Amino acid sequence: VTRLFQFLVDGVSTGAVYALIALGYVIIFKASEVVTFAHGGVLAIGGYMIWYARDRWFKGGGQGNFWLAVMVGLLVAIALSLVVERLFIRRMQSKSASIIGICILTLGLDVILETYSNYGVASSGKELLDLDNPWGLGATSVLGVRVSDARIAALAIGTVVITALFLWLKYTDWGVAMRATATNREAASLMGIRLGRVSMVAWAIAGALATIAAIFLSAAPAPGFDGGTGRLAFKAFPAAIVGGLDSPRGALAGGLTIGIAESLTKGYQSNLTFLGAGFYAVVPYVVMLAVLFVRPTGMFGTKAVSRA
Amino acid sequence: VPDPRSKWPRYVGVAALYAVALYVPFGVEQRNWLTPLNLAMAAAVGAIGLNILLGFAGQLSLAHPFFVAVGAYGYSFFSSGYDPVTRGVAKSDRLSGVGLHPLLSTVVVLMLAAVLGALFSPIAGRVKGIYLGIASLGLVFLTDHLLQNVKRVSGGFNGRRVPVYDVGFTSIEKCRPKECIVNGVPFGQPEKLWYLLLAVVTLSFILARNMMRGRPGRALQALRDGETPASVMGVNLVRYRAAAFMVSAMFAAMSGVMYALANGNITPAEFGVDTSVAFLAMVVIGGLGSLGGSIVGALFVRILPDFITRHGEKIPFVAAADNPNGLKPLAMARFIYGGTVIVLLLFEDGGLAGLLRRARRAALRVRSSERRVVLVRGLAGQVDP
Repeated sequence: VTRLFQFLVDGVSTGAVYALIALGYVIIFKASEVVTFAHGGVLAIGGYMIWYARDRWFKGGGQGNFWLAVMVGLLVAIALSLVVERLFIRRMQSKSASIIGICILTLGLDVILETYSNYGVASSGKELLDLDNPWGLGATSVLGVRVSDARIAALAIGTVVITALFLWLKYTDWGVAMRATATNREAASLMGIRLGRVSMVAWAIAGALATIAAIFLSAAPAPGFDGGTGRLAFKAFPAAIVGGLDSPRGALAGGLTIGIAESLTKGYQSNLTFLGAGFYAVVPYVVMLAVLFVRPTGMFGTKAVSRA
Repeated sequence: VPDPRSKWPRYVGVAALYAVALYVPFGVEQRNWLTPLNLAMAAAVGAIGLNILLGFAGQLSLAHPFFVAVGAYGYSFFSSGYDPVTRGVAKSDRLSGVGLHPLLSTVVVLMLAAVLGALFSPIAGRVKGIYLGIASLGLVFLTDHLLQNVKRVSGGFNGRRVPVYDVGFTSIEKCRPKECIVNGVPFGQPEKLWYLLLAVVTLSFILARNMMRGRPGRALQALRDGETPASVMGVNLVRYRAAAFMVSAMFAAMSGVMYALANGNITPAEFGVDTSVAFLAMVVIGGLGSLGGSIVGALFVRILPDFITRHGEKIPFVAAADNPNGLKPLAMARFIYGGTVIVLLLFEDGGLAGLLRRARRAALRVRSSERRVVLVRGLAGQVDP
């Protein structure tokens, strides 16, 4: 039972990170009706910039310097998201390009951003970049469950950020504007909501969430930041789809589902050898395909979203 | 100015293209390029298949590498151990194989891809556009997992060798010493394979074009441009979407067979997300809905890394092979084709085919305005119209 509990705790903390990324997909989709494939690229650039700032400008020192580097990473990721939104997405939408065209454009962006961060990692001369986060490799035992400090931080910061986001969506004017836009773009526009600004805010938030996720994807127990870290953002796609692309609550539930499914299959993989080694890595996609077979709209999605 | 509406320039162009294509193995400088070119020809068939799905049906799929892998590994598995002398199974092969005739195994593999595509049809038929893109992402990651684990068929991480293709006059394997030199050029495997692949690409192109010009193509375009009008016209949305997915899966599998033959060995690394994106880039660069464009796009995307590797010293930012700090040719190629995709989508979403169409239209406009000038002058009594 302790083992099961251990796996659940692991799963929830990983799930919180996936939920951060999935929320980015959902918020962008709600505000601008675009599914972005460049999210992994933004995540990779955010993570890489944290390392870069820490390595070049805020070397050594205490935790204060780490947080300064994080600020740099966040700012760069937000700026990058805004540039993407203004320069590419808005232009594509204003010439009423098809959604598929916009998606392929974001895939092209993803190729460029990830290639750039890969190039950065390669030219640093190291295999893995250590973001040098304050939690290190330490771990804490609670009731016989051993959890690494970074995981606890992921859970804590994830909870805070996600709660803040939900409250923001629910109570602030921006949040109301965003929900109105998601419900009916034309009506919202006629009511005086500026769709362009809503979309920019959404992209900025998504960029920030991705960067926070990058910190935890490269913290213990993961070995560090490398060229593949950005690719992990693809794993949050199942989280967003399982929950339903237009539902923030769904993204949270989807993220947790995926995280727990992954950590359970990883924990019990010695009992699941018939599925092959490393099956846990593809579990998110298996769950997504299974959900799509039964419910093409996801668990919390509205019907119109994924059906004709 | 030749009349831009005339079909003759097109016929002449195609004839010239084939003349060049037939000459390729004899071009001395081009011989180094033969294997990259063969790989590009293999990719071209896959790109044509993806274009059917993306350009005509308006469905995004990232699952293409899955079906390419089905083709490549399936072909190797089914034809491995085939002994052309006894026409039976040879015992020597290390990895398991079925020992079918290579042509028969190609047919079996295409059928297999069709069946797998059909199994995916509850999703491919019901899920629309980009959602299919995300769902199909799942298949790509499953591909890698399967290839790493079903070692008896795939050889795991290190992959497996592809059995040689040795059938009748199309055999690319051995040749008698006299036949091995044609026109002073040694005529070995890659040379023969080039002609074989050229034939397959031609056939696939004609097949796809006829399908897309006929009833199925029109139905797909109708449902791409508006589901409700299409279904009112009697197009069964679910069935046509599923069918488009199946057909594109078969093209992908054929591309896989060709890839296996051209590369000689196959590893799981070749069938990942990068390949999905590369296929999308081929289709977008060539032009959505332009099958000929897909071939050009495939050549561009596939040849680019080799081109940069060979001519790296002349291209800014690219590092020499011994410099670990510079930009690798593959990274440079990714920047270039990623950038090309973005620029084309922003400014000409018809891709290269769209640019060509624009040029033709401009030529037409020039010509008709010339005519108008002549006509006006004629009316004014300046010249005889």
